[in-house]
Amino acid sequence: MRKVAVVGVGETKFSGPQTKTGVELFAEAATDAMKDGNVKAKDVQALFVGNCLSDFAEGQGMVQAFAAENIGCFNVPANRYEGACASGSMAVRDAMMWVASGAYDIVLAGGVERAATLGTPLATRTFAMFSDARYEFPAGITFPGVFAMLAHLYAATYKIPIDKLREQMAAVSVQSCKYGAQNPKGQFFGKYGDLTVEKVLSSFMVASPLTLHDCCPFSDGAAAVVLASEDVAKKLTKKPVYILGAGQASSGPLISQYDHLPKIYARELASKQAYKQSGLSPKDINLVELHDCFSIASLIASESMGLFDYGKSGAAWQKGEAAIGGRVAINPSGGLKSKGHPIGATGAGQVYEVTKQLRGEAIPALQVPNAKTGMTDTLGGDGGTVVNMILQRGW
Amino acid sequence: MEYKLTFKEYNEAMKTGKLLGLKCKDCGSITAPPKMVCRKCGSENLEIIQLKGTGQITTFSTINVAAEGREAECPYTIVMVKLEEGPWLLGNITGVEPLKASMDLVGKKVKMQQATIFGGDKFSAGESARPLFALV
Repeated sequence: MRKVAVVGVGETKFSGPQTKTGVELFAEAATDAMKDGNVKAKDVQALFVGNCLSDFAEGQGMVQAFAAENIGCFNVPANRYEGACASGSMAVRDAMMWVASGAYDIVLAGGVERAATLGTPLATRTFAMFSDARYEFPAGITFPGVFAMLAHLYAATYKIPIDKLREQMAAVSVQSCKYGAQNPKGQFFGKYGDLTVEKVLSSFMVASPLTLHDCCPFSDGAAAVVLASEDVAKKLTKKPVYILGAGQASSGPLISQYDHLPKIYARELASKQAYKQSGLSPKDINLVELHDCFSIASLIASESMGLFDYGKSGAAWQKGEAAIGGRVAINPSGGLKSKGHPIGATGAGQVYEVTKQLRGEAIPALQVPNAKTGMTDTLGGDGGTVVNMILQRGW
Repeated sequence: MEYKLTFKEYNEAMKTGKLLGLKCKDCGSITAPPKMVCRKCGSENLEIIQLKGTGQITTFSTINVAAEGREAECPYTIVMVKLEEGPWLLGNITGVEPLKASMDLVGKKVKMQQATIFGGDKFSAGESARPLFALV
């Protein structure tokens, strides 16, 4: 297997409902990534695109083929990845595998979504399609409902009083909003920077115990990255960021995962694969962009990735251990909560953020000092798909 | 290989108040809802059995924002129940005021009642029974 580098990254602003088509959004992110990586469209040998819901959002299927033509990557193989909210990371990981294998030298990967365009009722319906349509949806499960149940289960499992856990979860949202308010690419840029624990606790109850501010927004947006083999990368950029490890695993519906809940077993597997492949361990990680679709999701994710002990991560957030300057900076971009969650694009957006951080090109107020190694974590559905990647500065 | 216990058969049984599952003839584990193979050991050597429908609530949530077309159901409470035979099911709870549902529910014993029906929407390829539990 060859070493694979991220040589270019691009991203649109993540936002609420907007008027650009999915292809247009992806084209903007993709051309930015190619410019950033000194790559021309004709050099791209394949295009991998994460996209879940364009069929529902704009009546558009096969967005990847039309995007390839739209940006001048004429007639290359173009694949679409659907793994719910992990789709973008599936695309990036597969691109990495193909380049590592030697089949391609340069692949463009990313994702696009218009989840905000769907509007809350249809978005809630379509996101619930990532639960079991026959054995979970009929009872009325929703996506917030999944994580709401995990929050109650987490409280019961680790014997944390629910009011105390709610305060810990609120601390996660407060940190994410503080950072995201300073990220111009983020959906909540300039908003909620002064969010407080009290405001989180008193906002509208979406699915008990999760309030509106425990939940990420629905978002439109696109992100793209150019991956290249090590030898090609060295010719394209002085700042290659290597993907040293990548892991991916799957699970059945939430009700099938009962041996492990509230842990997400696919993540335990995927993160172990990524650590093993990279030869690194949690203590080597300087910053993480993880899948905080809900505040409780951050606690569960960070523990399975080995960053904090089980049942202890909420206290770690409250003590600032997950802050920039803390033990490991988690979601300095604002994460899904504040930067936004255009689901097919989210994972590629995480790679964008980690790459910018490792290059020292993050927004100055959000730059993690001396960041050498970063990690991404993307969760599809309620653990049906999880992808973890470890990236490191290559110079 | 033919599917042993399809959704259709499981669903029809649940509508009459019968909870079906699969018992592995190799490892003895119970799989419910049904799958092609034993969820524990992967064996195809399964037999259909009737489950008791009794268990314990492991977690819950009261939903205030529903999927499109189901807004009128709000607020409603969903529960995950660990069945006596092992598997977990997702269903609803009767006899508990949704807005008063609290952590007190966790660990409570329940028994399955006559299922209610989700009538389906344009995406769902028909109706589905929804497991309904009551505190015992």
